[in-house]
Amino acid sequence: MIIDLKKFIVTERQYWSELELVLDKLAKDPEHKADLEAIKRFHYLYQRTSADLGKIMTFSSEPEIRRYLESLVGRAYGEIHETREKAHRLAPGRWFFHTFPQTFRMHVRAFYLVLVIMVAGCIFGGLAISLDPDSKEDLMPFPQLRVDPEERVAREESVDKDRLHGGKASFSSYLMTHNTKVSIFAMALGMTWGIGTAVLLFSNGVMLGAVVLDYILAGQTEFLFGWLLPHGAVEIPAILLAGQAGMVLAGALIGRGGSVPLTRRLREISGDLVTLISGVAIMLVWAGFIEAFFSQYHEPVIPSEVKTAGGCGIRILLTLFLWKSGRHNML
Amino acid sequence: MNHEKTNILTIRTPEGILFSLRLSGPVNRFLAWIVDLAAIVAISTIVRSLLGIFGLISGDFAMAASILAYFVVSIGYSIVMEWRWRGQTLGKRLFNLRVMDEQGLHLRFSQIVIRNLLRFVDSLPAFYLVGGLSCLISRRAQRLGDVAANTIVVWNPAIPEPDLDQILTDKYNSFRKYPHIEARLRQRVSPQQAGIALQALLRRDELDPVARIELFTSIASHFRRIVEFPQEAIDGISDEQYVRNITDALFRTQPGLLKR
Repeated sequence: MIIDLKKFIVTERQYWSELELVLDKLAKDPEHKADLEAIKRFHYLYQRTSADLGKIMTFSSEPEIRRYLESLVGRAYGEIHETREKAHRLAPGRWFFHTFPQTFRMHVRAFYLVLVIMVAGCIFGGLAISLDPDSKEDLMPFPQLRVDPEERVAREESVDKDRLHGGKASFSSYLMTHNTKVSIFAMALGMTWGIGTAVLLFSNGVMLGAVVLDYILAGQTEFLFGWLLPHGAVEIPAILLAGQAGMVLAGALIGRGGSVPLTRRLREISGDLVTLISGVAIMLVWAGFIEAFFSQYHEPVIPSEVKTAGGCGIRILLTLFLWKSGRHNML
Repeated sequence: MNHEKTNILTIRTPEGILFSLRLSGPVNRFLAWIVDLAAIVAISTIVRSLLGIFGLISGDFAMAASILAYFVVSIGYSIVMEWRWRGQTLGKRLFNLRVMDEQGLHLRFSQIVIRNLLRFVDSLPAFYLVGGLSCLISRRAQRLGDVAANTIVVWNPAIPEPDLDQILTDKYNSFRKYPHIEARLRQRVSPQQAGIALQALLRRDELDPVARIELFTSIASHFRRIVEFPQEAIDGISDEQYVRNITDALFRTQPGLLKR
């Protein structure tokens, strides 16, 4: 096509400038709501500039105008051709009581998989500590866990002052942030086709199994449950849910047997991943509070039976929440 | 679609129009990240100072607030900025980078959250080595977070409207008296050669004086070898004016020229 460049520019530049103004306005104020007439005008300007780009493409000696028009069309394209459903208005209550548990159940097979992996780790850790007590140093990376259980119980139950006095809030916030980081990491490792997530959960399982068996073999089962259950009833499922998110991501990456392209598979689960990891963060905030303000107090301050019963109660409520909440609205 | 690694992503609109996005490489992104890191440290320091007031009530509470604030700022900075600034953070804005949907569409909030949370893996073992390698290997220069979120990072310099008045001026051109030579010129000059002459004129004010003279001397001598105008047409005109006349002859629409 031969075009009269001068005439073309004289006629069209007003439309390009107008489109650029609209795009600049949108960039400065993303929340701007235009009326119908303005939207129709914006659409017209986009189509006209697109057509101009199509014409200038055939005019190989005009790269600068082409680049300029490409940048305008590229910016306008994202605004005009957004066909995916817009996010709904934020409704935290509905999200927490409906969307979060529904998403958990939608991907429950991934949850069962990570549960099996973690239980396998627990069994391995338990067997290792019972068959080879000297492996304690290798199985428990944190020095405070390596202390002899009887010695620790005697020390904890003999203290007559609040050893966390003046440090509970900072200890709690440390636990929240640390565990949330580990959870995000468990989800992100889904990008290793789930191998990294599986290794992380298995190693956590090994540590947990070793600690549990160490206390049981030392005859400190009651102390163990009173210490671990109140916060572990939420913290351990939270880590499992983070692993579930990792496996959902891995499943979308692998996409076994399906003909759906990778980009679409990943697009379909992106909202679910954010829902799961956000739910995990909330659970870990709760667990952090309980661990700092409740779990660290033992007999005689708080009887072990009370702590164990409290932990069991929380665990039952969490199970009911994840399996039942929002069920009547399931599609 | 081209499956080879490239720094250009071409998108075809439903109207059949093609446009290109230039993908950013890992070096630019790393530099932008350093700026963002500095911003995170600065914001955290300010927030910590403000929260220090709580220390008057309880040192423990002030410390807890400080730990939480740093965590929220370090994780939330990129998420909030990319959401509010349509795919840009402070560092990205400085380096003209922008996060975009892989298909050129609007970024969704979930995409922003995922690409930022997956920094935990991309930053391994240090200095974004995994992310940088992924960026080099990926055909769309994506780190792992971008792959998972279906996003790309484009280098998007502000392209101002070209100085179109340079093309639209209608000055006297001594070559117009020789339409047969102009016709021969149009026949022999390729679009690329014509483009070079036009671009030289459009950008002449950006050149320093010596480079400007050398460039137009070189271009004018090239066109002189292609066609020869009579002496009276070129008497007293500079090389730059010569190129201007040549460009006018090449781009001017002739009366009666068939438009298809």
